[in-house]
Amino acid sequence: MARARHPTEDPTWVKALVIGVVMVFLALVLILPLVAVFAEALRKGVHAAIDAVLHEDALAAVKLTLLTAAIAVPFNAIFGLCASWAVAKHDFPGKSFLITLIDLPFSVSPVVAGLIYVLVFGMQGWLGEWLLDNDLKVIFAVPGIVLATVFVTFPFVARELIPLMQEQGTSEEEAAISMGASGLYTFWRVTTPNVRWGLLYGVLLCNARAMGEFGAVSVVSGHIRGLTNTMPLHVEILYNEYDFVGAFAVAALLCLLAIVTLVLKTALEVAQPAVRRGGH
Amino acid sequence: MTISIRSVQKQFGRYPALNNVDLEIADGELLALLGPSGSGKTTLLRAIAGLEFPDAGQVLFHDKDVTYASAAARRVGFVFQQYALFKHMTVAKNIAFGLDVRKGKDKPPKAEIARRVDELLKLVELDGLGGRYPSQLSGGQRQRVALSRALAVQPSVLLLDEPFGALDATVRKSLRKELRRVHDATGVTTIFVTHDQEEALELADRVAILNKGQIEQIGSPREVHDNPASAFVCGFVGESNRFEGRIEGDRFVSGPLVLPAPNLADGAGVGFVRPHDFVLADQGVEARVERVNAQGALARVDAVLADGTRIEVAASRADADRFTGSVKLEIAKSHVYGA
Repeated sequence: MARARHPTEDPTWVKALVIGVVMVFLALVLILPLVAVFAEALRKGVHAAIDAVLHEDALAAVKLTLLTAAIAVPFNAIFGLCASWAVAKHDFPGKSFLITLIDLPFSVSPVVAGLIYVLVFGMQGWLGEWLLDNDLKVIFAVPGIVLATVFVTFPFVARELIPLMQEQGTSEEEAAISMGASGLYTFWRVTTPNVRWGLLYGVLLCNARAMGEFGAVSVVSGHIRGLTNTMPLHVEILYNEYDFVGAFAVAALLCLLAIVTLVLKTALEVAQPAVRRGGH
Repeated sequence: MTISIRSVQKQFGRYPALNNVDLEIADGELLALLGPSGSGKTTLLRAIAGLEFPDAGQVLFHDKDVTYASAAARRVGFVFQQYALFKHMTVAKNIAFGLDVRKGKDKPPKAEIARRVDELLKLVELDGLGGRYPSQLSGGQRQRVALSRALAVQPSVLLLDEPFGALDATVRKSLRKELRRVHDATGVTTIFVTHDQEEALELADRVAILNKGQIEQIGSPREVHDNPASAFVCGFVGESNRFEGRIEGDRFVSGPLVLPAPNLADGAGVGFVRPHDFVLADQGVEARVERVNAQGALARVDAVLADGTRIEVAASRADADRFTGSVKLEIAKSHVYGA
């Protein structure tokens, strides 16, 4: 060997090969498509892309996506916080069953998740007639989209917080309670501050998925333009109509949202190294 | 505050952590719960604190049954093994926590809380560090914060779970004296758990030795060291040479070694001799010296008996040079127990 290297390091050609393979793979699978999205969006110039994004239906889709995320994310943040607190800090019968349930949306295909809501709330579903009689719309309307999104994204915060809380143990809570703090006071003043970075991180991941969800939302949406189309659905519609500039412009907007999320996530990790131990 | 533990039992799954434990703790006493890991000492401490409820038996505070009362209702001050300081609060906020959570007329005014925090910081010699966060403190300082946080609520009893376990040897020694000083200054009944016998013997008024969920002996440090009630206590407290052998007619025989064993039934037995109870003499059991290690006031001698049994002898430094080749040892004191 010509060059001195660290005794536990692999030979240079092995390192170069492995890093090279990873880089080529990343370029092909991740970077190239991302570049393609922006290139296609800008193919007919910046103005065309901006016009496509500012189109009435596109704006409606953006609005609906933001609305959905604005409802689903806080809901799941609260649910995730409560669930992880229950699981990590307490022992109760059925605990492992609850953990399995929390993971369910990860293991079930989103399309099936959407279908479940159609079966329950749809015209032919269990609650269909009752909903019709009371003039309530769930399926092919905003409530259905929100429900499906909540279902698909609910493990994110809980999954982030459970290992973190388990690692922290219960002695701080015991200390608080032994000094006379109530359970609720302890939860807000001791448990929650200790996981605030993990919570923020989980919320970011949850938000990214809520805005990008396609399968479950597609089933319950009905694809009514300007009414029940979220951004991912709108991309599909435009694409199917051969409006490539439009489709890729909206897709690029989605990508930008994802990139912002990633940047925030990285900033968080730099600011708080302990977050990285959270599990993902 | 006197504390009485009566026939307390606690089981974790099928594993008995406490098995019929009785214990009386006098007002103002400093008691150590000493035992190996898994002996039930922490479980007993937590049962006294109200962090664990026993399956059976009673815990009395001053003749009042508190067996199933909450920790807060008992007004205990608890110092956790890893201190369990609130990481996101300053030292002052940590110490004030127990007073801040009070409601209505029980809650002291802000100025009073601040005064109390200052007083406690002074007591544990941390003046001026109230604005720091726990992560900015050394291990020993964290321990002091945990101690003053526990004292802030003016507890009826102060409970400490392995208070010095996470510290290095020098800090540990000085904090030991500190705890004794704080105890004497406040007069609060104090119970601490430790697996370090030196710590227990040096610090406590009385030591309770636990093994397998039972109390083997309770007594002053001197009592448990000089008159161990069982083979376990003899082996666990202080240093000792252990010998397997047989008891026959008031004598314990193990190879060349013969120890008095009055009033013990014949059969298998174990004998113990403390290293300093082997004394150089003109007659006695013969031993071949292998190594002499002089450190501090003592000379520690590794020697081998005629049957190959290794022993450790502690002698004064003045005698160190006399341990060469083959020596004769008399036994000043020994302890024998039936197996």
